[in-house]
Amino acid sequence: MVSAIEIRGLVREFKGGITAVAGIDLDVAPGEIYGFLGPNGAGKSTTVHMLTTLLPPTAGSAKVGGFDIVDEGAKVRATIGAALQEAALDPLLTGREHLKLQLALHGIPRDERPRRTDELLERVGLRLAADRKIGGYSGGMKRRLDLALALAHRPRILFLDEPTTGLDPQSRSALWDEVVRLKRDEGVTVFLTTQYLEEADLLADRVGIIDHGRIVAEGTTASLKAEIGRPTVEALPANGTETRSLEDVLRRFGELQPSTAGVAVRLDGRGDLAEVVRALDSAQIRVADLHLHAPTLDDVFLAKTGRSLEGSEEEPSAPE
Amino acid sequence: MIRTLRQPANWITPLVFPLALMAVNTGGLDAATNIPGFPSDSFLPFFLAFPFIQGSLFATINAGVDLARDIQTGFLNRLSLTPMSGTALLVGHLGGVIVLGFVQALWYLGAGLVMGVRLESGFAGAAVLFVLAVLIVLAFGSFGAFAALRTGSTEAVQSLFPVFFVFLFLSSMNLPRNLIETDWFRLVASANPVSYLIEGIRSLVIFGWDAEALALAFSISIGLAIAGLALSSVAMRGRLART
Repeated sequence: MVSAIEIRGLVREFKGGITAVAGIDLDVAPGEIYGFLGPNGAGKSTTVHMLTTLLPPTAGSAKVGGFDIVDEGAKVRATIGAALQEAALDPLLTGREHLKLQLALHGIPRDERPRRTDELLERVGLRLAADRKIGGYSGGMKRRLDLALALAHRPRILFLDEPTTGLDPQSRSALWDEVVRLKRDEGVTVFLTTQYLEEADLLADRVGIIDHGRIVAEGTTASLKAEIGRPTVEALPANGTETRSLEDVLRRFGELQPSTAGVAVRLDGRGDLAEVVRALDSAQIRVADLHLHAPTLDDVFLAKTGRSLEGSEEEPSAPE
Repeated sequence: MIRTLRQPANWITPLVFPLALMAVNTGGLDAATNIPGFPSDSFLPFFLAFPFIQGSLFATINAGVDLARDIQTGFLNRLSLTPMSGTALLVGHLGGVIVLGFVQALWYLGAGLVMGVRLESGFAGAAVLFVLAVLIVLAFGSFGAFAALRTGSTEAVQSLFPVFFVFLFLSSMNLPRNLIETDWFRLVASANPVSYLIEGIRSLVIFGWDAEALALAFSISIGLAIAGLALSSVAMRGRLART
């Protein structure tokens, strides 16, 4: 199967010895949502700029839609849509004018533009605000228009660079729904960069975690988490005298783990949370609290880099 | 054009301010017409060339600022992801500048005629004047675009205005070069290409058909336009940096 996006040894260096992307390899299958996860300054946006032909690589190669990003830039651009980190809209134009301009620049026939404009505005929920200037749009509205502009010419491959940064939960959820719909109904390949674990977890078929310009982990979210370990169940006995009994029950499901709050066991496959609850009930052990701790992508990042992704300090950004 | 129309300051200022300055200077410098050898009885026809040049500067800076803003906001990146070539994007941008320049020329000439100026070169001269005015706007506009593309900064483009203004004042704007008594000023004005642009427009108003003045004005405006377009094309290629 030919990859929708194929990257081999891609490098980008900037003046002053800054290496924003230090050699990455990855493949994205057609119709896949690929999540590119990493902290600020990891090289996510620089990678997107190279793949969308806005920045030439220093070394390495990549193909997008089967076209080389260096030698066949024009063909790449015809194949892709991109919503970059900045919404990049003109505050003096209306949403409808932006779309008409985008359609005209992509060579969409004049008689098709009004229908396509209305269709896109409807899809992103901006029909009522279509004739307002962008200066009056909220952040969420700008992002939705940005997405509509990226989809104007029906691209096969869509690049979304941190599309939900700064959005309220409702706008974020609406944008996620649209991304899922694009993949499901239209088979669009989506390359999504994000620093939000939840977003990658929810949307991505596969995730690549990038740090300091290198991919440190790649796979499905389930496989990445399974690499780190199985879930842990932690129980707080209602009565301190039942701690020993609690330990006996939980020991049946895995190896006991250190816990400050009560008793914890790392599940080893002999049972899941529901079975633990049934076992505690059968033994008539009352618990005041019960938690299931599943490994997160942050745990994956921590295991691979020694740092937490969430709350990680902002790295100096590479100049564009 | 839509963006320009929606920013009244971008077109009201170029239309109003040059005429206001012309009115002030005409009132204050009318006595200059008494100098032996002054080419007209009234200062107004002599000075009518000024708003064409100053208006071009305003239009250039405003358009350059718009382009720099497009760079800063990332809008140029969006445009560069379309099939449009860099040249087409530049031509589109300068096209708006040219249209505004034509409108301005119409306005200034109309104001002059209303104020009693008579065009010695007649209707044909008016047509030539419009062509020259558009070339001047294109020349200045392309340098404004170059500054915007090279710096990507609205502040840098705006800082060009006083520089261009100095060129305007160190010219034959207020006096014919042969009547400038201060040697260094006359030398500077003679070396200043803006003097010849002014004199070309002025010749159509006062003298009718002055081949030398027109040849110099057209040569310089075309030369500046070619230089400006070349620089801005190179700057556009560098700015887009697309593969």
